Formats: sequence, structure tokens, C-alpha cells
Amino acid sequence: MPRKTAGMTNRTNQMITAQGLTKTFRSKGQTVEAVRSVDLSVDAGELVAFLGPNGAGKSTTLRMLTTLLPPTAGEAIVAGCDIRTDPAGVRRRIGYVGQGNSGGHTQRVRDELHAQGAFYGMGRRETRARAAELIESLELDQVANRTVQSLSGGQKRRLDIALGLIHRPELLFLDEPSTGLDPHSRANLWEHIVDLRRATGTTIFLTTHYLDEADQLAERVMVMDHGAVIADDTAGSLKNSLAGDRVTLTFETPSDAATAAARIGGEVDGVDARVVAVTAPGGDRALPRYIRSLSDAGLEAVAATHRQPTLDDVFLALTGRSLREEAAAAASAEPALAG
Amino acid sequence: MNTISPASTAVAAENDRPAASARPTGFVRDTAAVFVRESRPLVRDPFSVMFSLVQPLVFLGLFGPLLVGAAGGDVAGTLQWFVPGILVMVALFGTASTGANLLFEMQTGSHERTLVAPLSRSALLVGRALKEVVPLTIQGTIVVLVAVPFGFSLDAAGLIAGLAVLAVFGIGFGALSYTLALACRNRDWMFWMVHQTLLFPLMILSGMLLPLEDGPAWMQVAAAVNPLSYLVGAERALLAGDFGAAAVVGGIIAAAATCAIGVVVGVRAMRRAR
Repeated sequence: MPRKTAGMTNRTNQMITAQGLTKTFRSKGQTVEAVRSVDLSVDAGELVAFLGPNGAGKSTTLRMLTTLLPPTAGEAIVAGCDIRTDPAGVRRRIGYVGQGNSGGHTQRVRDELHAQGAFYGMGRRETRARAAELIESLELDQVANRTVQSLSGGQKRRLDIALGLIHRPELLFLDEPSTGLDPHSRANLWEHIVDLRRATGTTIFLTTHYLDEADQLAERVMVMDHGAVIADDTAGSLKNSLAGDRVTLTFETPSDAATAAARIGGEVDGVDARVVAVTAPGGDRALPRYIRSLSDAGLEAVAATHRQPTLDDVFLALTGRSLREEAAAAASAEPALAG
Repeated sequence: MNTISPASTAVAAENDRPAASARPTGFVRDTAAVFVRESRPLVRDPFSVMFSLVQPLVFLGLFGPLLVGAAGGDVAGTLQWFVPGILVMVALFGTASTGANLLFEMQTGSHERTLVAPLSRSALLVGRALKEVVPLTIQGTIVVLVAVPFGFSLDAAGLIAGLAVLAVFGIGFGALSYTLALACRNRDWMFWMVHQTLLFPLMILSGMLLPLEDGPAWMQVAAAVNPLSYLVGAERALLAGDFGAAAVVGGIIAAAATCAIGVVVGVRAMRRAR
């Protein structure tokens, strides 16, 4: 398993460590390996995104770390407690926002927050104060006395976050927090999450299949596919080391294109008629360099494009598949619970 | 990452936030927390108890007159016989469908949220089942009060004792409904199929609506193994103020057995819940 981040062994302030975490299910007489020997390490204060297509094993991993599912094999220490021997300790210390909406349909927003405080053993006064604080900071004031069923999707999701935060957990798990929200609500939700990070330093571990979210918001991205972590680094490093900048050069004739491709050499991805596609090392300096060197050889490009790599390119480089296409296909299908 | 070392000391030392773990998690406190949450919608919207009252009141209003007719016009006597049966119907129908709430919460995410909270699994079941007592008591009282102007003679002590026995039964039957929900998971149709298949036979074979004495022998055998028969008998005796009747003992045993079985089976199912 390629692990891109070095030096993860001797950190003392780890919020999550897992080794060989494995989950197999029996389904229709067959054994399905949902999660295959996953190793994880998350420092206190980090914001880590778990990126991968539906069914990659992200949620199953999350459900094991949050004690909802017992692992078939492997071990994990979450917020200082062993998920096998001290699940109650884990539950007290973590906040969890699952894929579904966690507010009860017929419950009022404020009542649910009060109930949640009682679930975490908080006193009445402390719960009320904390609920009021969360209602204000997550902009639920207008709907605090309304039932959950009357809320919009974005409001329900903000309530979910508030419920996950009632006991001021040191570690917050978010399972696809923004899936199903419109772009405005998504941006709004993220603002709240980022504010929370800034104000409290809470460690956040989230799953997403939105590439842009993982790219822009997470300090570290773990890419998961077929139940295994296949890459683990900052978005920037992943893009630089695995994808490289994309350059296309268009020539007058296909034969010019072929000559140019031969001259550029190993960096060429392919030639399509008059267009040469190149994965260029060295970022945006590559394009002028190619044009200069080809011009010296008498080859003039008639058009050129340059595109910075995305996490989709990273996923493509790692798996040969496009995450964007899989996400689009999955969006039209039923959301997979074991994803 | 070669070794896994619990970072508890490091994490705990620098964490000066109010730790929820400072208070011990107790079964009683957890049960109370779940009970309060489950009861809140009822407090906020008291008229919601009317929902499961509609059917018993329809039976009282539309079936009652037929019974009166069959009894040669003896309204008071018929009500004295019929109202206790309707009380059992309230307990049966009200608690049998309560699992549907859990089923819904399992399909949204509320149930998962409670599973991740540091709550005792037993408390999750018991707190919910105990809540059944609240609507049941309110509904039972309403049914009796509705019948009084038509000639039903009310024995207050008998009513309290009758409601207490029904409450014990309701906790057990509610727990069984939650168990069914946990077993059905996302298959609503299965929940409702079992619900519908069991409910009407249980009701008819309890002698709640019509006396079974004149029915065929097999029906009487079925009634003899139906705990609701004993409950109906006990309610008839208690609401008439006849505390010493043998039927009362039978009803208490039937209610207690339903409660014990329901809670044991329900707690087991909740402990296995994912």
C-alpha cells in the first residue's frame, strides 16, 4: 500500500491511530471485504478528508472508528480510547454526524439539543447554555422552536452538526456532511465548519466524494478505493507528485504533432490527430518551455492549453478511473449505506 | 506506524473542556433521558394523542349501539361490559404501532445518533417503552370520561388500578413493537404486515368486542392462550370495583408476563442494533 506521508510513526499527540482495520460482510453467501487492512493516523487539530467513490469503504471505516460497527480485524485508538475494549470512552469523547439527519422528525430543534445534552450526561443548566450557544452560532435561531420535519435540508444539516457538538467533543466525525445540499447551503455549512475549527481547534475527520471540498478545505486527503487507503498526503503534494500539470499543444498537421510528440518524449500522454497531450512536471513553467524548445526545432504550435491538476487527476493516476464520473453515476443511483 | 499507543494522557491532559465523562453513565439516568426525549413531542403537541384514540372511539360510538341493541337496550350494563374492552384496545393499538417511530428514526439517522451517544443500550429500549405509559393513561382516561355521560359508572380506584395493569402490559407490548422494528430494519412493509396480521386476531380472540362463550371450541382454546383475554377479564372486574375477582390475578400475571418478555427480547435486540 503506497503511503505518501512519511514520519507518521512517532507522533505523541495522535487523535486517531488505526492498524489493520478490516471489515468483511457476508452477503448472499459471498464474503465482501468492505475495508481491507486500513492504517490511519490523525493528529489532534487536523482536518482530514477521506475521499473516494461510493462503496469504497469510507463510511464503513468511519462506523468502525465511531464504535457503530465492530471491526472484523485490526485495532484502533480513538481520542485515547480503544474502540474494542472501551467503546463507551470513545462515544463520550467523539461527536458523530452520520449521513442521515439525526434530529427526530416530530421533535423541536431546541428540544433535540436538550435531549442530546442529557444523552451525554450534561447537567440541565450547562445543556441549556450550550444549546443556546449552538443555536446562535449555527444560525438556527429562527427555527429553534420548530419541528425538525419543517426544516430545510441545510437547516437540518446544521442541526446535525449542532447535535454532534453539544458536548464539545475533541474529535468530530462527519460522514458526507454536504451530500444532497444545494451549492449555497454547502458553502454555508462549510463556513460553519471552518469557523468551528478556527474557534476550537477540534479535530475533524470527514468523508466526502466532492473533490473540490477535499481539495480546498482539508489539510490532508486520504484517498480510498476498494476498501484500502491508496494515497495519503496534502492535496497539493498529491497533485504534484501523482498528477502533474496538464498541457495540450495543437499543431497545423498531424505529422507536426507526431514530430513534436517524439521530441517531447516520455512526458507525452498521447497524440490525438493534431493535438499532443502532455503531463508536465514543473507546473506552469512547462508550457513556455515546450513552446521554446519546439520552436527551436521549427515546430510552431497553433494553440496551447494549460490546466492545473485536480484531485480527480490524482484518482485517475492512482486507479485509472475518474472519480468525477463515478460520483455523477452514483448521484443518480441510491446512496450506498455501506459506502 | 508500528505500534498503537493510547494517546489518552496527552489528549486528556491538554483537554480542559468540560468532560462529559466526569458524570458516571447510569442506566436510570440514561433511561430518564430517553423517556424525556420520547415524551416531549406529546407535551408539545398534546392533541397528537388523539391519533390513536380515533379507532377506539369509533368502536365505542358505532359498535357500542349494536351491542346495546343485542342486549335489549341495556345501555349502562353494556357499557360496563364494553368500555373495559375498549381500554384494552387503546393499549393494544397505541403500543403496537409505536415501533413505527423507531423504524422511521432508523431510516433517517436519529437512531444512529443515539447509538453513538454514550447511552446504555438497555436504556434506549426501556426509556422508549416506558414512555408508552403516558399516552396510554391519557387515552384510557379520555375513553372512560366519554362513556360516563352515557351511563358508564366509574369506580375511581378501579380505574387507577385498571390503568396501572394496562400500563404494565403497554410497556411490554411497546417493547415488542420496538423489537419488531429493530428486526425489520428498513423493511416497513414487513413491520406493517406482522402488525396487521397479529393485531386483529389478538383483538377478536380476546373477547374485547363480543363474548367468546358462544364461539366454537377452537376459538375458546385460542382465547385461553391469548394474554389479552385475561387482561380484558381483569379490566372488567377492576373497573367495576371488584378487586377480589380471580380475573384480576389472571390479568396481572398476563400483563407482567408480556412486560417481562417484551423488555427482555427488546433489550436483546437493541444490544445487537447497529
